[in-house]
Amino acid sequence: MTLTAPAVTHERIKPAGLIQTLLRRPEVGAAVAALAIFMFFSVSTQAFLTPAGVATWLYSASLFGIMAVAVALLMIGGEFDLSAGAMVGTTGLIVGIVTTEWGVNIWLALVIALAIALAIGAANAFVVMKTGLPSFIVTLATFFILQGVNLAVTKIITGTVSIQGMGAVPGFDAVTVFFGSSFSLFGMDVKISIVWWLAITALATWILLRTRSGNWIFAVGGQITSSRQVGVPVMKVKMGLFMTTAGAGWLVGMLQLFDVSTVQATTGIGQEFIYIICAVVGGCLLTGGYGSAIGAALGALIYGMTLQGIVFAQWDNNWLKAFLGGMLLLAVLVNLYVRRQAGVRS
Amino acid sequence: MTHAEVSAALPILEVRDIGKTYGSILALQGVSASVGVGEVLCVLGDNGAGKSTLIKILSGAHAHTQGKLLAYGVERTFGSPREALDLGIATVYQDLAVVPLMPVWRNFFLGSEVTRGIGPFSHLDVKGMRRITREELAKMGIDLRDVDQPIGTLSGGERQSVAIARAVYFGAKVVILDEPTSALGVKQAGMVLKYIAQARDRGLGVVFITHNPHHAYPVGDRFLLLKRGTSLGDFKKSEITIEEMTKLMAGGAELDALAHELARP
Repeated sequence: MTLTAPAVTHERIKPAGLIQTLLRRPEVGAAVAALAIFMFFSVSTQAFLTPAGVATWLYSASLFGIMAVAVALLMIGGEFDLSAGAMVGTTGLIVGIVTTEWGVNIWLALVIALAIALAIGAANAFVVMKTGLPSFIVTLATFFILQGVNLAVTKIITGTVSIQGMGAVPGFDAVTVFFGSSFSLFGMDVKISIVWWLAITALATWILLRTRSGNWIFAVGGQITSSRQVGVPVMKVKMGLFMTTAGAGWLVGMLQLFDVSTVQATTGIGQEFIYIICAVVGGCLLTGGYGSAIGAALGALIYGMTLQGIVFAQWDNNWLKAFLGGMLLLAVLVNLYVRRQAGVRS
Repeated sequence: MTHAEVSAALPILEVRDIGKTYGSILALQGVSASVGVGEVLCVLGDNGAGKSTLIKILSGAHAHTQGKLLAYGVERTFGSPREALDLGIATVYQDLAVVPLMPVWRNFFLGSEVTRGIGPFSHLDVKGMRRITREELAKMGIDLRDVDQPIGTLSGGERQSVAIARAVYFGAKVVILDEPTSALGVKQAGMVLKYIAQARDRGLGVVFITHNPHHAYPVGDRFLLLKRGTSLGDFKKSEITIEEMTKLMAGGAELDALAHELARP
């Protein structure tokens, strides 16, 4: 049976121009902003472009960047995780307490902390998916629970609100190679977390754009009912995303713990919104289904550069928050414009 | 009516006295119909007639609670849309099951992506999927210059035909279309009816759900009329005229009463 269809051409579809094609990339806005901020601080401060200066803001950006990339994946998948910041503290505290107080092997401690983080991530996903409650509320609850538990349990066990004596734990130096070391490159003292950041951004980008899982992340965030109808395993995808964010929280927790060999019970509190801001500045839509990992990494780069740039410029540190708010508003407006340019009707 | 006289071959999909209750609510009962190779079964009914319930049963979204559902003559109860899909029963929903922000080609292959490489190196065959999408849409008579544009930028009729083309490409033997013309203008609706005829000519069974007899009559081979969850009958085209169908659907007496009410004094 042959099919004879009338050849219909659609005169109303213009070929997409270069500008429009470029604007379809979610990270374009963040790239432009990052370049502008880089140039601004390079010109206006002495320290910004020195090897030590670059290493400093890259390190700042890397810790936020790892989380921002994971949070961006989750946001593209249509969910939020406000417990991401507290998770950084929780995992650091777990490793700190079980090694210094109970003498657990340090490698085993890493695995225990990771397992607990992943379990909390899975629990977030489970509650969100089974009840249909907004993840904003569910993870807000998780955030407060973790915040309270971090402080209370640390106080009960150690009598203080921080972990001391990590450096004396057997095997500390071996683990530090992975999480707390640095190497020199072009005269810079490059911390290992920057390598993790770049690797995770590259991996996340590859997953998003070139794998089935990536396709499904965009789909569940863009239209969850449609995704179900075409057979996308929605539950698995969301579960994976929440666990990824929790896992990233663990990684950053370890990177901080093994860099400074101590952890405060309040570590990570208040950072959850910065991750979301980095992701949004990087082009993620708050409604899900759109965004990029590279964009989120650039968002973190903007944050890192500004955080340190303000210090180098010797301005009042409080300007950072005001700047962050302004960036966020600008990013949301740019996103809105980009979405209209992309010509999406619904 | 016996099904043997309709077509020599077994119908692809058949329901006998099928029904569905949601708790104490009787959504559908005693409905029988079938669709065979190269046949168009139109399901007509007003709002609340039970059309959606019937689709949900046929597509595997909800399991039936009464009667029998037969696919290729074998009795089945679908636990999920996937089970129906695996038997070649594809449903094109009213919302088309597309993700507006995603490119046309990603939507075309969503849930059934083509990958290359193995294990952790398995990745999407982007080039291949773009090419197939363009070709399959061309077969449907749609020439998209850019399959990378978000599907949300296409017109309603075009999106509808992308969804039909997708179902056909993925080996659908029966395509269930849920009110494909209801939100469309006259020209776009005509375009979709043409695609239905094309799908039929390619040997597919089509279940066309609509409340518009003027869309159903030209393209349908058989007509199942539903009203308030029950069947008013399953007619062959030769057995019913469009006027009779319209009257049956709305309830002839009700239409007469309405005409009387609306008439100028």
